[in-house]
Amino acid sequence: MSNKLKATGEQLAYARLLDYGMKAGLLILVLTFVVYVLGLLPSHIPLDDISKYWSLSVHDYLKATNIHTGWSWLLMLNRGDFLNFFGIAFLAGVTIVCYLRIIPIFLKKKDLVYAILAILESLVLLLAASGLLKTGGH
Amino acid sequence: MAVSGALAAGPGLLKMGMADLRLALPGALIASACAIVGAMIGLALPANIIQAELGLTILCIVAIMLLAKKSEFPEVPKADALSTALRINGIYYEPSTEQEVNWKIHRTPQALATFILIGVMAGMFGLGAGWANVPVLNLMMGAPLKVSVATSKFLLSITDTSAAWIYINNGAVLPILVVPSIVGIMLGSIVGVRILAKARPTAIRYMVIGLLLFAGLRALLKGLGIWR
Repeated sequence: MSNKLKATGEQLAYARLLDYGMKAGLLILVLTFVVYVLGLLPSHIPLDDISKYWSLSVHDYLKATNIHTGWSWLLMLNRGDFLNFFGIAFLAGVTIVCYLRIIPIFLKKKDLVYAILAILESLVLLLAASGLLKTGGH
Repeated sequence: MAVSGALAAGPGLLKMGMADLRLALPGALIASACAIVGAMIGLALPANIIQAELGLTILCIVAIMLLAKKSEFPEVPKADALSTALRINGIYYEPSTEQEVNWKIHRTPQALATFILIGVMAGMFGLGAGWANVPVLNLMMGAPLKVSVATSKFLLSITDTSAAWIYINNGAVLPILVVPSIVGIMLGSIVGVRILAKARPTAIRYMVIGLLLFAGLRALLKGLGIWR
């Protein structure tokens, strides 16, 4: 079946990298979650207390749990719950890497429009990941 | 969560040629930029208002999909100038009929404008916007239904990545709830790709409509405080 379908070189390159990244991210998520639920590392929010925060708004939740915004979660990776942020962030970063992979392919093919689209998309995703964008919460 | 399912489904859909990178990229850029704005609005709005708005939007799309004719293989008499210049077209192999389907698209500028709205809503609801992508790709642009479903799924991996970063960097993630959901969605998406490849387009249409109807009603009832 698949040999009858036409996928371009850049599409296959993107797919291959996405495949590796997705599987690695999934593995990291499972491993870090096991660490968390088995209590191998202390949690910032004890498992028994989580239900207290379910109904809170983001603003109230962050205030009540003393969690800071931005990349500050990186400094809390020694906590079981925040260790899970690594796997989630890894998955959220895979698309950026895939885009960076296809930019040179588009340039090599002299497909300037798509090369520019891919560069702009990478910049948008990097801006979102930078943590520079804040919300007021409610 | 929408990102995780899309990431898991993406490789299979792209390798099969069912999701199309050239079709996805222009809309993805517009939608992901707007998803950042949407995520910032979403974090600042009361949850019940977001739920009710989402429910109403999805139910409107269900009505449009039910009224649409020939949505499995829409008729596109002539590709528009923009899609021709961007070389957005393809060949899609339909296993259920064992036929290769040549497809092209039209109304590209209007569809790209619609992706602004889709991006804002995707970010705002934090749910992914397959319910909006599929009708735009299929009914507005004229891509075959399966190509639309596959490309929409792939699109989510891009557009919602930007929104996901906003939520991560705002600390708005509860691992005990999020991680099992992500793992389940990823495994389910890998299975779903295989089903999408083999299922009849008509079955996919009814599946999409059925799921949208359920999701739309649920979101609306939750927003109104009836479903708890």
